[in-house]
Amino acid sequence: MNIWLVFLLGGLLTFGMRFSFIYLFGRFEIPHIVHRTLRFVPPAVLSAIIFPGILMPNNQLDISLGNHRLLAGLIAVLVALWTKNTLFTILAGMAALLIFQLAF
Amino acid sequence: MNQRISMLWAGVRAEAPILVGVFPFGLIYGALALNSGLSPFSAQMMSSIVFAGSSQFVAAQLIHDTAPGLIIVLTIGIVNLRHMLYSASMAEYIEHLPMKWKVLLSYLLTDECYAATIIHYEEDGLKPASHWFFLGAGVSLWSTWQASSALGIFLGAAVPPSWSLDFALPLTFIAMVMPVLKDFPVIAAALSAGVVALLAFNLPFKLGLILAALAGILVGTILENRKLSKAAL
Repeated sequence: MNIWLVFLLGGLLTFGMRFSFIYLFGRFEIPHIVHRTLRFVPPAVLSAIIFPGILMPNNQLDISLGNHRLLAGLIAVLVALWTKNTLFTILAGMAALLIFQLAF
Repeated sequence: MNQRISMLWAGVRAEAPILVGVFPFGLIYGALALNSGLSPFSAQMMSSIVFAGSSQFVAAQLIHDTAPGLIIVLTIGIVNLRHMLYSASMAEYIEHLPMKWKVLLSYLLTDECYAATIIHYEEDGLKPASHWFFLGAGVSLWSTWQASSALGIFLGAAVPPSWSLDFALPLTFIAMVMPVLKDFPVIAAALSAGVVALLAFNLPFKLGLILAALAGILVGTILENRKLSKAAL
């Protein structure tokens, strides 16, 4: 598929989801089950990207202390819990990864 | 008129602290998109056509891995599915506005714009010019995203691969997911999506992410239904 078609369809889909309930409000009652299901979208999608991102460096499962991304990711988890700040979490994780790569 | 302008500025001011975090994210997107093989122009156009940071990151990675176009579109859809939550939450506050406002504000309805605007509506209530606050938050975020993407694209070629810029994506998501993990069904949804993502990683067409997200949503919904039906007894 042409890259511009991908952008166009991806953009239309994204806009459509942002517009969806704003457009439907008052025209159509949103079923309760939809609201409840949508609550699980962020944790599911985010974790589906986080897990391979830190546990599969070089596309291979690696659960060991030799996996720098895993260690840096765990540090980021602690910083996220502690500061609740996105920027600090990214900076801490990136710095940890750089340090591990230089040190080992 | 004055009230509109002061609301617009209030929206920009409320968004400002968030913009500080968005700017580096845009820089990284620009650099990553360029490294994934997109031309500078198309990397920049993705920022204005799709205009959803995390899905742009994932799309750039899929483009790098030469995934089929349909899979990229579906993955963008899954990653951005959460915007329906924001749409549902905002709908009642902008219900009275003309359609062109609804279209414009929907286009601007990102995570960061939602975060600032919903607090305003919940704390100050609906006022005649409240949508100007929404516009101020949305446009300031939009401009920051375009500018930081452009700068990232401009500087991207100079970033050495050893900086592992792609790692910024899981890190950003860690920051976003941790505050949400408050009850058992949500934690179970996150864990099962993560495990399925590992198991399904080598599926053809990069289908793993879509499958993992659906598995997580399903597990969360089933567990919550079970909890609710127990509570009803």
